[in-house]
Amino acid sequence: MNRETTTGTSVPFYRDERILQVLGQIAFVLGVFLFGYFIFHNMLVGLQKQGMTLGVSFLKGTSGFDIGETLVEYSRNATYLRAYLVGLLNTLLLSALGIVFATVFGVILGVARLSTNLLINRLAAFYLEVIRNLSLLVFLIFWYLGVFLKLPRVKQAIIWPGSIFLTNRGVGIPWGVPSGTFPTYRWILFLGLILTVGLGLVLNARGKRTGRPPMTLLWMLVTFFAVAVVGWLILPESPLMLELPYVKGLNLAGGKILSPEFMALLSGLVLYTAAFIGEVVRAGIQSVSRGQIEAARALGLNGFQTMRLVVFPQALRVIIPPLTSQYLNLTKNSSLAVAVGFPDVFYVSNTIINQSGRAVEMITLVMLTYLTFSLVTSFFMNWYNQKIKLVER
Amino acid sequence: MSQATDSLPPLTERFTVLGWLRKNLFNTWPNSLLSVLAILFVYWAGKGLLTWIFTVAEWNVVAVNLRLFMIGQYPADQAWRLWIGMYFLAFLIGNSLAIWAPHSRAWTISLFVLPILLAILPFSPIVRLEILGFSLLGAIGWFLGRSQLSGLRRIVVIGWIIFLPVFVLLIHGLTGENGSMPVVRTNVWGGLLLTFLLTVSGIFFSFPLGVLLALGRRSNLPIVRWFSIGYIELVRGVPLITILFMAQLMLPLFLPANITVDRVLRAMVGIIMFSAAYLAENVRGGLQAIPKGQFEAAHALGFGGAQTMLFIILPQALRLVIPILVGQFISLFKDTSLVAIVGLFDLLGIAKTVLAQPEFLGLQREVYAFISLIYWILSYVMSYLSQRLEVTLGVGQR
Repeated sequence: MNRETTTGTSVPFYRDERILQVLGQIAFVLGVFLFGYFIFHNMLVGLQKQGMTLGVSFLKGTSGFDIGETLVEYSRNATYLRAYLVGLLNTLLLSALGIVFATVFGVILGVARLSTNLLINRLAAFYLEVIRNLSLLVFLIFWYLGVFLKLPRVKQAIIWPGSIFLTNRGVGIPWGVPSGTFPTYRWILFLGLILTVGLGLVLNARGKRTGRPPMTLLWMLVTFFAVAVVGWLILPESPLMLELPYVKGLNLAGGKILSPEFMALLSGLVLYTAAFIGEVVRAGIQSVSRGQIEAARALGLNGFQTMRLVVFPQALRVIIPPLTSQYLNLTKNSSLAVAVGFPDVFYVSNTIINQSGRAVEMITLVMLTYLTFSLVTSFFMNWYNQKIKLVER
Repeated sequence: MSQATDSLPPLTERFTVLGWLRKNLFNTWPNSLLSVLAILFVYWAGKGLLTWIFTVAEWNVVAVNLRLFMIGQYPADQAWRLWIGMYFLAFLIGNSLAIWAPHSRAWTISLFVLPILLAILPFSPIVRLEILGFSLLGAIGWFLGRSQLSGLRRIVVIGWIIFLPVFVLLIHGLTGENGSMPVVRTNVWGGLLLTFLLTVSGIFFSFPLGVLLALGRRSNLPIVRWFSIGYIELVRGVPLITILFMAQLMLPLFLPANITVDRVLRAMVGIIMFSAAYLAENVRGGLQAIPKGQFEAAHALGFGGAQTMLFIILPQALRLVIPILVGQFISLFKDTSLVAIVGLFDLLGIAKTVLAQPEFLGLQREVYAFISLIYWILSYVMSYLSQRLEVTLGVGQR
């Protein structure tokens, strides 16, 4: 820090801070390098004793195990890489669904915490207090062993209105089955998406030019849904046929069967994360001072405009960063799937380790996978923070 | 009396039950509807829960296996060693409270109330007496602390530092297979004892490591800084379970073939590595909050770089982040349940063995509800007490 004092030649080199800093760093690098070499060497020797070498070529080998739930085609004759991909997709699906539901429930909780209704307010606070002090893993296992596996057998299934079957073999819900016109419909949706993005760009540009931003997001949504609905109606046969689940022998069939593992994970993660998201939302809304709202009203904005143009943008600035880290937490916590047996990327990798004995490679791969998630998210966060940063005078 | 009647508010603002209800629950139409729905929900959920707790659930499984839940397979005739360790802890707590927070009522009360509440659980009479020993030792420590003997503070600080090694030594044992304190292998350590041990050792070792990493990240030596950033971001970017697996599967590979590390120690290493990264970020937050003037003043007074950090900056920074650190330690406590996945018999792991007993098949709800309750109560008490302690110590205020 006090670099300015070391200008003369009177200071011996062993007290010159600049030289000491360089020497210290060299020593540090050397220490880290030696430690790393020690570890790596031991590992190579250990692996050699087991008759193995490092490398990722084993990923092309046949996996030889089945995976219960797959989004893409997979059989036990597929490669390890394919199995890993199946796990990755399952993680992404679970995280995406979890994020959507947790956000919805979390926003409801956050708003409930601000409600003037005492009972609602207290219920939300109670919920938060209960969830916050629970161990997530125990919570997930409770949902799996204590709730979804304790549902009645298929023969005595609980049937909720709307043909929702609750059984210990899974939860059956009605589901659309693609019919002959589905490929065409997919093209129509794609067209709609392009149209929507184009409209969004045009509206955005216009808002910048005129200084009166239109409700871009709303118009984009309307356009997309209009295209989707019109496309659905003009096709000769509706692209998705609704199929209801039904009992077939000892199992459920038809519709979409959600496994107990998946349901337990999803409900546990959603209920857990929603409590934290609720707090984030509450803090964000509270961070907007009353004066802002009063000023907006004084300027003649109505209630909706106040929310949209004044409160919401300011609250969002506070909400988004912690919200993203909650999303990231949910994604990382989805790795607890291994405890209930849902084949996410970690569970599948663990199976691969047991099959192939390639612990070092697979653990590195899994860590890199999660690291990628979080790096991508933090890049997005930095970009967003730059974008919404307060422009100060 | 006349004073009181004089100052009564006007009739429209007096407290009435109906008025209160109208104001808080039924002030508008939607609110009334919400209230009714909420009342129905509370009634339905509460009734279901109470019915289950008092009529359906078979709590016998908890009562019979209480020892397993608390200390796992730890030999019963050696349990006295655990008691000594816990008494030591109670003494230290009582002593520290009297010295550093002499006016904190919540802490003092909890010192007595908690053991009494614990003693209500269906333990055997002797165990109940032993639990009440906590209160006794806590009280002795408290009064000793009040006496303000000179040099007591230093002794207590040393006591805290040696607590973990002494405790580990006590439960591990000293004297080979036979003798007064035979060695107890770590594979029989379990239950709440193991959870407690993992948490405490996680805190104890990750603290210095985390502070070092935080300092490294703020250092003006680029290599040290980038190393710290790399470590912190790497660990924070991956789930704890991957680190635990790494510690479990790869740690033995990293060490020379003649050194074996037992499974509990491996899990500890994983937890410490994980916790240190998060702790570093929290401490860094505190470091950033210290104004530059403090550094400059320290330099002006002739402090060197290390002295400035050690005596001026760190004490202030750590004091600022105490609440966040306590929060982190609570989540560490809850996260230790993950070691059950890698096959240790902590509180969660022991649940599996309990449920595997043929006479208790199918009682998952009872067992996991009980475990959740333990985690919940301990976390809640810790967070509540830390909030009270913040107020007493005036953390964040100057």
